[in-house]
Amino acid sequence: MSFISYLINGISLGSVYAIIALGYTMVYGIAKMLNFAHGDVIMVGGYAAFSMMMYYGGNPVTAVLVAIVVCTVLGITIETIAYRPLLEAASPLAVLITAIGVSYFLQNAVLLIFGSTPKSFQSVVNLPSLKLAGGALTISGTTMVTIASCIVIMVALTLFINKSKPGQAMLAVSEDKGAAQLMGINVNGTIALTFAIGSGLAAIAGVLLCSAYPSLTPYTGSMPGIKAFVAAVFGGIGSVPGAMVGGILLGVIEILGKAYISSQLADAIVFGVLIIVLLVKPTGLFGKHIQEKV
Amino acid sequence: MKFKKALSVALCASMVAGCFATVASADEDLTWKIGGIGPITGAASAYGSAAMNGAQIAVDEINAAGGINGYQIEFQAEDDEHDAEKSVNAYNTLKDWGMQVLVGTVTTAPCLSVAPLAAEDNMFMITPSASAEECISYGTNEFRMCFTDPAQGTASAQYIGENLDVTSVGVIYDSSDVYSSGIYATFRTEAENQDFEIVAAEAFTSDSKTDFSAQIQAMIDAGAELVFLPFYYNEASIVFTQASSMEYSPLWFGVDGMDGILSVEGFDTSLAEGVMLLTPFSADAEDEMTQTFVATYMDLYGETPNQFAADGYDCVYAIATALATTELDPSADASTISDALQAAMLEISMDGLTGSGMTWDEEGEVSKSPKAVVIEDGAYVGL
Amino acid sequence: MEKVEKMKQKNFRSNLITYAIVILAFAIMEAWQASGNLSSLLSGLLVPICVYVILAISLNLVVGISGELSLGHAGFMCVGAFASAFFSKCTVEVITLVPLRFFLAILIGAAVSAVFGLLIGIPVLRLRGDYLAIVTLAFGEIIKNVINIFYIGLDGNGFHVSTQDQFSLNMEADGQIILGGPQGITSIAKCSTFLAGVILILISLFVVLNLINSRDGRSIMAIRDNRIAAESIGINVTKYKLMAFTISAALAGAAGALYSHNLSTLQASKFNFNTSILVLVFVVLGGIGNMRGSIIAAVILTVLPEMLRFLSDYRMLIYAIVLIVMMLVNWSPKALEMRERLMSRFFHKSAKEGE
Repeated sequence: MSFISYLINGISLGSVYAIIALGYTMVYGIAKMLNFAHGDVIMVGGYAAFSMMMYYGGNPVTAVLVAIVVCTVLGITIETIAYRPLLEAASPLAVLITAIGVSYFLQNAVLLIFGSTPKSFQSVVNLPSLKLAGGALTISGTTMVTIASCIVIMVALTLFINKSKPGQAMLAVSEDKGAAQLMGINVNGTIALTFAIGSGLAAIAGVLLCSAYPSLTPYTGSMPGIKAFVAAVFGGIGSVPGAMVGGILLGVIEILGKAYISSQLADAIVFGVLIIVLLVKPTGLFGKHIQEKV
Repeated sequence: MKFKKALSVALCASMVAGCFATVASADEDLTWKIGGIGPITGAASAYGSAAMNGAQIAVDEINAAGGINGYQIEFQAEDDEHDAEKSVNAYNTLKDWGMQVLVGTVTTAPCLSVAPLAAEDNMFMITPSASAEECISYGTNEFRMCFTDPAQGTASAQYIGENLDVTSVGVIYDSSDVYSSGIYATFRTEAENQDFEIVAAEAFTSDSKTDFSAQIQAMIDAGAELVFLPFYYNEASIVFTQASSMEYSPLWFGVDGMDGILSVEGFDTSLAEGVMLLTPFSADAEDEMTQTFVATYMDLYGETPNQFAADGYDCVYAIATALATTELDPSADASTISDALQAAMLEISMDGLTGSGMTWDEEGEVSKSPKAVVIEDGAYVGL
Repeated sequence: MEKVEKMKQKNFRSNLITYAIVILAFAIMEAWQASGNLSSLLSGLLVPICVYVILAISLNLVVGISGELSLGHAGFMCVGAFASAFFSKCTVEVITLVPLRFFLAILIGAAVSAVFGLLIGIPVLRLRGDYLAIVTLAFGEIIKNVINIFYIGLDGNGFHVSTQDQFSLNMEADGQIILGGPQGITSIAKCSTFLAGVILILISLFVVLNLINSRDGRSIMAIRDNRIAAESIGINVTKYKLMAFTISAALAGAAGALYSHNLSTLQASKFNFNTSILVLVFVVLGGIGNMRGSIIAAVILTVLPEMLRFLSDYRMLIYAIVLIVMMLVNWSPKALEMRERLMSRFFHKSAKEGE
């Protein structure tokens, strides 16, 4: 029975990774950049929801909405000021380094505003936990909501990209920017929209992350951010289902590795599995195999 | 500024009495220069800023009461980001500024790089909270305000063995952290002499401290009646929340790093109900010294102080008390001050926030006894 | 042919200038220090600056010349630092001649790191682009994680190894702990000097610049520019990529040795993702493939946070803003265009002459 319990906890942790990884993957697909500040946008989302609930007496729903709005605006602002001027730069690394600068900026700005002591986040979920198998297995409300939100987000996102006009525009821009522009697509607008959606997802991820693991500091986002980046690559960066599967697998491996192999070596196990997967499938689980042209 | 401490009154009185003669000719601009080093940014910033804030409060109080030997204190805190290399930079910056005494460093790893330099320069240093044994082993100029890791691990194991009726104990510890793994190691050694058994020991690392469900599940499977948590309150708050959602409620036993859990903003204190810990300081203590300190800290920084703040505060008072027994003035160089302080530290006995009647031995270790407390209805209650 | 000769000459001159800058900087700092006016902060920073300069040069070989993004460079530095410090701790009584021991320690650091570079490079270099980047990141994290759980002690009976704690080593009373898990290695004899650092910089520069201008180096760059074309004219892609990767790892290992013998303490937690990224920042800011640029960027970005200390709480915030602004000014096509226009307006004449 404890195996199932480990598995569920792994899926729950993995779902959070997956939602963060979706943001990474979307931005990568369209702008071909690794947005290392993504983890810190999550943290800002967490603080936004926290302040809404603690200082302004908001209920969980308004807190989540406020967090989404804050992160979306933040995402668009970052894209316009820091990334857009560099998207045409001679090397794709330029924008990566700028993203790191933005990450330092967000961490230190929050540190100055909220201080360094950790805040404890009250879960936005007030559901009772589910008991199965005569009480031997307990699944908390937060876990259920986390997994459910992850599935809903992934379905909605897939529908949005494949069925709606802006979604199609995103696909077109990610395939070929020049051609998309010739077809009358507003490339800059589409990229901004992608950042907006990615950051909105980051807000949700931030709230879920802090609900399940209730400790909020200015550095809360950085490690889950890196793990989610790993998850996105694991699944094949640029692919929406890939990010989802990669995230969940990563969470499950992390928990099972801790439980059955060694809790000291949990990180080494996660990264070791990643390396093996990439050696067997060099573009990740769902990555497109790119034909090289001469 | 209110006169808040019996000590500060006594200090003030002794200074007024002792220094009248010298005050007359004192150079107005001459000040003591005390430097502080700790992480003010970065993942460990909660500990460093608290210690530096606590030290600042003590400096302000002493200055308001007339300073040390009639001279005011200047305090400058430098950031080391919890990085051994940056800590050396911070130390050198303070040296350029003219530091005479060092309060620091707050965390262990940076302390191991600064302590040899301080020994070389014969710069008096007292660390508020670097708890690894080696931190102050480089010279006779090095003192400590907190307990060592071995002392805490051994004391915890003894307390559990002698006072609690448990036979199976689990441990969760941070294997990437010197403090946590150090306490765990001595706890395990001492446990062999006690009549309980360690049935499970699970680790986590600073890179995977988001989720503790695997460790908690292992505790459940091993049937641990008591779980020992030798790490900081930040991670502990996650452990308690997750354990509660997994409906696991053993006895919890923490160390001094657990102090502060009740003041985490937004934390549901009912989750920490029944947690026992050995700590030298609790912000809920009823004595006047603690209460005025907590009130001042809240006023200035908007937070409840934790044990790091108390350690920083006591460090400055220890320096002040020891300096007051000498007849030095700030024109003395750091090495002279260090020599005088080394001798004076062995003589003084001090009442502070983290203990009463504290004395120091030649190794630089403090002698004080940890208080065992238990959390009941969201407050510490002495055991 | 004449054109090639001219280019060679130009390269040669440019390289000479780079060496000259390093030597000149060394002479100035030494003179300053001898005059006694150098602040403790700056004289304490001299060796770390050398460490970061070597790291920047070595990473630039992988990122700029070989064209592969590596996010785990700190891992190689970590291996070099631990291997060399381990050696120094064990032989502190055997080899009493400090410069000799330090020299051997650096060699060992570089050699062990090169072996790791080779072992990691063989599987990793099959991957491309961001997939390669993530695997280097993964290796860096694994190295750090594994070192963190090892306890190694030395007594009369030889080495004792444990993954539990120092008490499980079961050592004799005379035993000493060499590697203490997360506490790493402590009380390392300090041997790093500014002179040693500068010599290492010059050696790294010599190795890398000569490689670039050699036949091998041109093959490496041909692979970077077009792998398939390079392969089709018979260049062994794996061999040359591995060559660059291994040399880079060896240099990073030497930098690690310099680092570990500068502070008396060494913890694996230092060599995390952030350190790898920091070195990458030097490379990108200084100009990808441009060694002189990396050196300057490494110096500026190591000194900058220390110079900003007067800002106290706002220090790291301002540092982040400075970093973003520098990137925008140095890399944004619009900013570059504007800069060019300004330059040509003010220095119209000299710009023309330069051509």
